[in-house]
Amino acid sequence: MKLRVYLTFNTATVREPIIWKLGKTFDVMTNIRTAEVKENTGLVGLELEGKSDVVEAAVKWLTEQGVHVEPIEQNVIEG
Amino acid sequence: MNIVRALKCRECGHEYEIEPTHVCEFCFGPLEVVYDYDKLEGIFTRELIESRPQTMWRYKELLPINGEPTVGAQNGFTPLVRARRLEKVLGVKELYIKNDSVCYPTLSFKDRVVSVALSKAVEFGFTTVACASTGNLAGSVAANAAAAGLESYVFIPHNLEQGKVLGAGIFGTKIIGIEGEYDDVNRLCSEVAGKYGWAFVNVNVRPFYAEGSKSLGYEVMEQLGWKAPKHVVVPMASGSLCTKVAKSIKEFIQLGLVEDNGTAIYGAQATGCSPIAKSVKESTDLIHPVHANTIAKSLAIGNPADGYYANRIIRESGGWAEDISDEEVVAAMKLLAETEGIFAETAGGVTLGCAQKMIESGKLPRDESIVLCITGNGLKTQEAVVDAIQKPRIIGASLKEFDALAEADGVK
Ligand SMILES: Cc1ncc(COP(=O)(O)O)c(C=O)c1O
Ligand SMILES: [Zn+2]
Repeated sequence: MKLRVYLTFNTATVREPIIWKLGKTFDVMTNIRTAEVKENTGLVGLELEGKSDVVEAAVKWLTEQGVHVEPIEQNVIEG
Repeated sequence: MNIVRALKCRECGHEYEIEPTHVCEFCFGPLEVVYDYDKLEGIFTRELIESRPQTMWRYKELLPINGEPTVGAQNGFTPLVRARRLEKVLGVKELYIKNDSVCYPTLSFKDRVVSVALSKAVEFGFTTVACASTGNLAGSVAANAAAAGLESYVFIPHNLEQGKVLGAGIFGTKIIGIEGEYDDVNRLCSEVAGKYGWAFVNVNVRPFYAEGSKSLGYEVMEQLGWKAPKHVVVPMASGSLCTKVAKSIKEFIQLGLVEDNGTAIYGAQATGCSPIAKSVKESTDLIHPVHANTIAKSLAIGNPADGYYANRIIRESGGWAEDISDEEVVAAMKLLAETEGIFAETAGGVTLGCAQKMIESGKLPRDESIVLCITGNGLKTQEAVVDAIQKPRIIGASLKEFDALAEADGVK
């Protein structure tokens, strides 16, 4: 499946290489489509592609890292 | 005449055909309806508008539907009230209330956005409509869908006011309470919208839906005698209404219907959910999502979709944003009721209370015209004020007992 999300990073998370870690931990393809990063906050539009359960686990993991995850719309549901 | 040109990404400018979609494929930016205003030159005049029935559709050329509306043809055109008694209390010279607490048919400005969204949904061929709602939208979707013979699903946070739940349920909609806050409801809905082939008014038809809010601004300008106000105070949840009031003014200026009055836009939120007001006050443009905790439940969106754009419009227009406590919300609801005879919901308390605070701090000048957008009805949020108003004094049905009461009141 392909999932499109907005990630919001706060002061605690904005300096962490979280998207890199995500790619190392989960078998998902990450594709950054937009990003705005400042000192205390960051907003990233990210596409996640992989097996449904892996994508879901990856989103759960992101939330656990303190990243706010907002799905944009799940218009393609495959597999 | 249809002057809609396309859907355009607010971030990268990419244009799309008119279809039920709301995000840019390239950059995920939100899509907005854009128009070819040139086509209206010499056609869309004050006289033409004035000759039409008093509904929001007298400005139909600037709303993104083809031909005549199929849903909500009677909606809009609410009173603009000169608030002379409130002027005295606030110490300002010229104050108006745009009273959408009496918007037809469900007593909030949401009837404007819903009639556009559902008319467009019908055009696209949808037979089921749905929404994520903080309350008012649910009632409006349910009612307007019922009248148009559409199926509807409305999703709300499980702990909404009784009046809002009832005010949707009565229309025979399928009403779903979600355990969580509005932002959880919204998150679920963006998934549901992707999976079911429904018109979600605030997801896949959102670009059309949002345009409906402009009608509030058009009406204010017409009712002021074809003038743009100097200052407008708008309650903010997602921030959409705020951006669309600004767009309505820009359009009327561009079409030569009003002169540029340098209108400043002011945003109002409750402190318990004030991500947009906070960003304005801190002069940043990134919005930090918050967990909402306020009696102003209709405004309780912790991660506002249009927050960034509302922030920008407020700051660029030379306006400001403010937030007030729940106690101040209740006090302002009472003040509006006691001075102007208007029973607004909590969001109205937020608008007036924030205006009051900005007048006191000098952000809103006392000697220029101010319009307050009162957007919902107090009968739907009775819980908020039930403990703050006087209960009836009970006496026997005897003149003697009433005389005693009157004497105690000092009545001669
Ligand atoms: C009564 C009332 N006023 C104002 C708003 C704010 O609308 P927006 O999401 O466009 O900022 C809402 C939204 O639900 C509302 O119900
Ligand atoms: Zn784009």
